Amino acid sequence: MARSVRPQTKIAFTVLAWLVGLILFFPILWAILTSFKTESEAIASPPVVLPSVWTLENYFDVQARSDYFKHFFNSVLISVGSTLIGLFIGVPAAWSMAFSPTKRTKDILMWMLSTKMMPAVGVVVPIYLLFRDWQLLDTVHGLTFVLTMINLPIIIWMLYTYFREIPVDILEAARMDGAELWKEIVYVLVPMAIPGIASTLLLNVILAWNEAFWTINLTAAQAAPLTAFISSFSSPQGLFWAKLSAASTLAIAPILLLGWFSQKQLVRGLTFGAVK
Amino acid sequence: MATRQTRALARTMMAPAVVLLLLWMIVPLGMTIYFSFQNYNLLNPAMQSFAGWFNYEFFVTDPAFVQSMVNTLLLVGGVLAITVIGGTLIALLLDQPMFGQGIVRILVISPFFVMPPVAALIWKNMLMHPGYGIFAHIARFFGISPIDWFAQVPLFAVILIVAWQWLPFATLILLTAMQSLSEEQLEASEMDGANAFNRFFYIILPHLARAITVVVLIQTIFLLAIFAEILVTTNGGPGYNSTNLTFLVYRTALLNYDIGGGSAGGVIAVILANIVAIFLMRAVGKNLDT
Repeated sequence: MARSVRPQTKIAFTVLAWLVGLILFFPILWAILTSFKTESEAIASPPVVLPSVWTLENYFDVQARSDYFKHFFNSVLISVGSTLIGLFIGVPAAWSMAFSPTKRTKDILMWMLSTKMMPAVGVVVPIYLLFRDWQLLDTVHGLTFVLTMINLPIIIWMLYTYFREIPVDILEAARMDGAELWKEIVYVLVPMAIPGIASTLLLNVILAWNEAFWTINLTAAQAAPLTAFISSFSSPQGLFWAKLSAASTLAIAPILLLGWFSQKQLVRGLTFGAVK
Repeated sequence: MATRQTRALARTMMAPAVVLLLLWMIVPLGMTIYFSFQNYNLLNPAMQSFAGWFNYEFFVTDPAFVQSMVNTLLLVGGVLAITVIGGTLIALLLDQPMFGQGIVRILVISPFFVMPPVAALIWKNMLMHPGYGIFAHIARFFGISPIDWFAQVPLFAVILIVAWQWLPFATLILLTAMQSLSEEQLEASEMDGANAFNRFFYIILPHLARAITVVVLIQTIFLLAIFAEILVTTNGGPGYNSTNLTFLVYRTALLNYDIGGGSAGGVIAVILANIVAIFLMRAVGKNLDT
């Protein structure tokens, strides 16, 4: 950024970049605007950009007709639940690999990553049958388990790359100073590990919230999270675009906000530390 | 620091993760392979018997299989082309000095956070609807007759939707890589009289090579598994025109209850994904040593 540029150049770049940004954001913006319109305004021709009267009716309607918040809470339970369980299993594993690595540590990490490469359709048949036999179909805990397993490799990898950046020398210095082990952990390690764990949590909640293969195929009316609930709008039932937009806006708003805060972690988590 | 005690502790701490992932991988995969050699249909579950290679033969010789393979390649290739080229250009643009860079960045990455069914439904209804969609309005404004995206070019429509979702990912990663390029190197080349064009092809692009590889490989893994976007827009149709391998397996196993056939398709999908995975693992593995 230190390069000096002429103001005209900067303005030209600004205009061009904003144009690209607004085009890419347009579908989201349009859905948000439509959610405040009446149904007739939503399909008006020529299109109405801003609603003539901003109405919240669609939001109430979606809740009244289909118990929207049940699905919303299913999404929260499944995404947060699977991430917390994943962290509970992943933190010790990543910890031990980062701080007492053996010859096989690299192989184990690569193998864990390879489980992530397995396409869902490769295992959907047996999982479906086992879930049917064990009465886990359409249950929140069954789905939470599946999402924990598919995100566990990412959780361990992200944590591993963060933990590796914690300088081990500091631990030894603390020990030399006579700190007991628990003090070493609570006062030295935890404060350094927390940011990495928080980033991992954030990214995995996002990934689990948006997961749309298992959530659709393993749930029905009862445990359906928002992904499955919204998919049910695909069958033609008239043009209820304003209501569809309201349901969509509610479904993406929380994750959009989380996502904006986690841009950096996103790069790192999704490239398994290959790009920082 | 690594005494025998800490090593034993380390192994105990790793055990749950390793055991769970091992089970998660081996049990269902083993069952899929087993079912792929069985005649087994949920409509008639009593009639289970050994099938040999019949399921594979049946699945592979089905005309829908060839079409779905072609569609899978077009979908992956099309989205990769759009996202890598578009992502590089947008990253290049975002790396320039401008006002409100942070906000533009947020606008650009937002589509990535939209869950697939929502993305697909917004595009299907509000943008691509032949009567009331924005694209139809724009077409009519210019006096062109609007196209019925999902009837006329269903696969292309799906490619556009998926590309919109993944463009932010490519942009973000390429931008991150671009920002690690040293300012001095660029300035030096500028003093040596390199123009913008030369700077891009001889300095920036080689620097991005690694990041582009990572983008291509990771996206391929996810793009091979595209499902919800097809389910809510075209449902694989018309005919099999927008059915990819993932959707064909779903259709065979979960809609037609043909467990044997679906499992054979699943095994083929696993083999396909593994070919890509080998390259990805190499690219990521190299990074572990540094």
